[in-house]
Amino acid sequence: MWRQWIPFWHPGLSPHSGDVDLLFTGLLIASALVVGLLFFLLTLFCARYRAGNQTDRNHRVKKSWHWEVSWTAASFVCFLGLFAWGASVFFQIYRTQIDEHDVFVVAKQWMWKTQHPGGQAEIDALHIPVKRPIRLVMASQDVIHSFYIPALRLKHDVVPGRYQDLEIEIDKPGHYHLFCAEYCGTDHSGMIGEVVAMEPADFSNWLTQQAPSSPLASEGGQLFRELGCSGCHGGGGTVRAPPLEGVYGKPVPLSDGTTVIADDRYIRDSILMPRSQVVASYQPVMPSFEGKVSEDQLLRLVIYIKSLAGHP
Amino acid sequence: MMSDTNYLTTDFTLRSWFLTTDHKRIAILYFASLIVFFFIGGAAATLIRIELATPQADLVSSDVYNRLFTMHGIIMVWFFLIPSIPNTLGNFIVPLMIGARDLAFPRLNLMSWYIFMLGGCTTLFAIFAGGVDTGWTFYTPFSTLYSNSYVIVAAAGVFIAGFSSILTGLNFIVTIHRLRAPGLTWYRLPLFLWSLYATSVILVLATPVLAITLLLMATERFFGVGIFDPRIGGDPLLFQHLFWFYSHPAVYIMILPGMGVINELISCFSRKQVFGYKFVAWCSLAIAAVGFLVWGHHMFVSGQSLVASLVFSFMSFIVAVPSAIKVFNWTATLHKGSIHFDAPMLYALGFIGLFTVGGLTGLFLACLAYDVHATDTYFVVAHFHYIMVGGMVTAYFGGLHYWWPKITGRLYSEYWARTAAVLIFFGFNLTFFPQFILGAEGMPRRYHVYPPEFQVWNVLSSGGATILAVAYLMPLFYLGYSAFFGKRAPANPWDAPGLEWQTSSPPPEHNFTTQPVVTRDPYQYNEAFQAEPQNA
Repeated sequence: MWRQWIPFWHPGLSPHSGDVDLLFTGLLIASALVVGLLFFLLTLFCARYRAGNQTDRNHRVKKSWHWEVSWTAASFVCFLGLFAWGASVFFQIYRTQIDEHDVFVVAKQWMWKTQHPGGQAEIDALHIPVKRPIRLVMASQDVIHSFYIPALRLKHDVVPGRYQDLEIEIDKPGHYHLFCAEYCGTDHSGMIGEVVAMEPADFSNWLTQQAPSSPLASEGGQLFRELGCSGCHGGGGTVRAPPLEGVYGKPVPLSDGTTVIADDRYIRDSILMPRSQVVASYQPVMPSFEGKVSEDQLLRLVIYIKSLAGHP
Repeated sequence: MMSDTNYLTTDFTLRSWFLTTDHKRIAILYFASLIVFFFIGGAAATLIRIELATPQADLVSSDVYNRLFTMHGIIMVWFFLIPSIPNTLGNFIVPLMIGARDLAFPRLNLMSWYIFMLGGCTTLFAIFAGGVDTGWTFYTPFSTLYSNSYVIVAAAGVFIAGFSSILTGLNFIVTIHRLRAPGLTWYRLPLFLWSLYATSVILVLATPVLAITLLLMATERFFGVGIFDPRIGGDPLLFQHLFWFYSHPAVYIMILPGMGVINELISCFSRKQVFGYKFVAWCSLAIAAVGFLVWGHHMFVSGQSLVASLVFSFMSFIVAVPSAIKVFNWTATLHKGSIHFDAPMLYALGFIGLFTVGGLTGLFLACLAYDVHATDTYFVVAHFHYIMVGGMVTAYFGGLHYWWPKITGRLYSEYWARTAAVLIFFGFNLTFFPQFILGAEGMPRRYHVYPPEFQVWNVLSSGGATILAVAYLMPLFYLGYSAFFGKRAPANPWDAPGLEWQTSSPPPEHNFTTQPVVTRDPYQYNEAFQAEPQNA
């Protein structure tokens, strides 16, 4: 395997990390050629043209422009190639496909909380099945963190105030580092965890062995009632509010004439900033829940509303 | 024959130093202040490297560690690297190189030193009163809401020092436009001046954006106005855009003057005109211009749009082209020269090697897919230290040794100077090369404790840092000794053709006894590799 030829390099563990490793190898070879050529020329010139050394110094290069044009063009073409290569892999890495198995990640000073749809919660750990794309939905409770798995050559910042999707896939069972890569305060270097990739059967076992907890959707439903959401969105109240059954993933017409897809981000924003994107033909009367719900609770509410998608 | 009075001997009172408007004395004031800042920042780096020799926390707590790397960054960037070459060597040499009596605004020049010291002391106060733990980047919302440290005071120091930068840049631009000696056309300017000119343009255009950014950050922290914190309606990425709009061009503020010095050294010690003079000159301006359009490459994984990342990646590759051209031209300059290996030349050769490694690894980071893995790891730390320390500090030391006889009128010990140059080169590589491997293996930066598998490379790096620390201390002694007891230097010890070498060492108070007239290109050497003086 060519990837094992790079010294001190642990091969990546996903299809994408193989592409990144190949890119890294390409960059290394290109750099080694340039450094080698430069070192050779510097040594040669320094030795041959050292002061006092009798050697032919006639016929110096007088016209320099064609040299300039050639090495400018050569650098430009090489750089263009590297740029295109890096960009094409980049778009592969950050492509997310909607998958059945979402995992929710909440970052906060200084821990990673992960939650599976069935309610199984972990701290500083993430169990996933191998050879299956997992979509992470990440949110930060406080400052900017960065979700980084070196074995996958993959990271993405988790910026407070927005959800971040990230697709991960691991091909080989094992334990891998999970780091916070964006400086986040005192225990930044303690904000590390472990990603455990398991065979699908082991993973199912693991899921069932976890302490019994209610699915996130039903916890969200309970919150939906406790916070009073159901008073208006439930249909029976005096205030007219859009029904949420079947909304998730569908286009929603807004009062300013535009349309938006009701995804995780839209639902989250509508809870925190209800007056920024009001559904057409409704009044902007909903109060903001900014500061009243934590990221964990928000996630449960979003998942609950998502679970209503199948309803008419 | 030595003239009896020079700028050092005209007056010995403290008042004559602290109220001087002589660009040469102001350069000395800057030089002395920067030595202090360099060793404070260096002390922080030393403690960091000692701590990182083991994976556990043993020397300092996490809070102290975070304050150490923040202090190292803030001091080194704003109170050493940015002012280093422009304010010491530039201040001293620019008027001499263009045949002027002083800079265009001598009093403004003195004022900029006082502003710089006010900013420096404010930041030092923040550091010694309890420190700052935001990192030199002051990222929000950590800096505005969560950090429990002296953020506003430290930012105020940087804010104040920015005005000093702007005034210096302004002074250089006007001086280079207005005060050139008769016959000194733009294409006869030494390349050091071209790069200082490009640097000054960035200083004047970019520094105000830093001031605005820090002001907004302080406003949010102090008054709770929602600008960057999403909880109160702000956007954290806005801060990053504003911050890097200054801080990426600031990288070129730091490296361009270094490149300028290297032109002078390579030409002088190979006794040959710089190859492709016009290309090198325009490359400096190209770097300054394109350097404003690449800031988003610090944000490839931050959540900025993928298309924005694509454009910034492309521009980052473009900005690497003029740097590559410079390296090729320096190498071509050596061809068929008569190369002398005096200490400044050893620094210059070291610069070419280290800068090339720093530049090439910059391409790794400009490359989108690899940056996703490498950003915020030790790969980035190693990369920018190759540019900033391997490049800029090496060039600064090279320039300092080159112009030392002119500045002090004394010669230093060539033996010790060469030893220090070689030690710095090897110490540097041993310190920072292992960090590339650490980064490629995935060790994040700003980690106080780390998983044990990274220890081998950290130990190597810390070992290298020991050598580097000793090597950086050496010039303090042999240069310090030579300033008082060294052999008297002749006017032109290196046989260089520049105007600054045609006045006595040290120069008289008004630089030249008669107004020099420029009659030919810079870097003019005859067939026997002897410099041809400008107004012979």
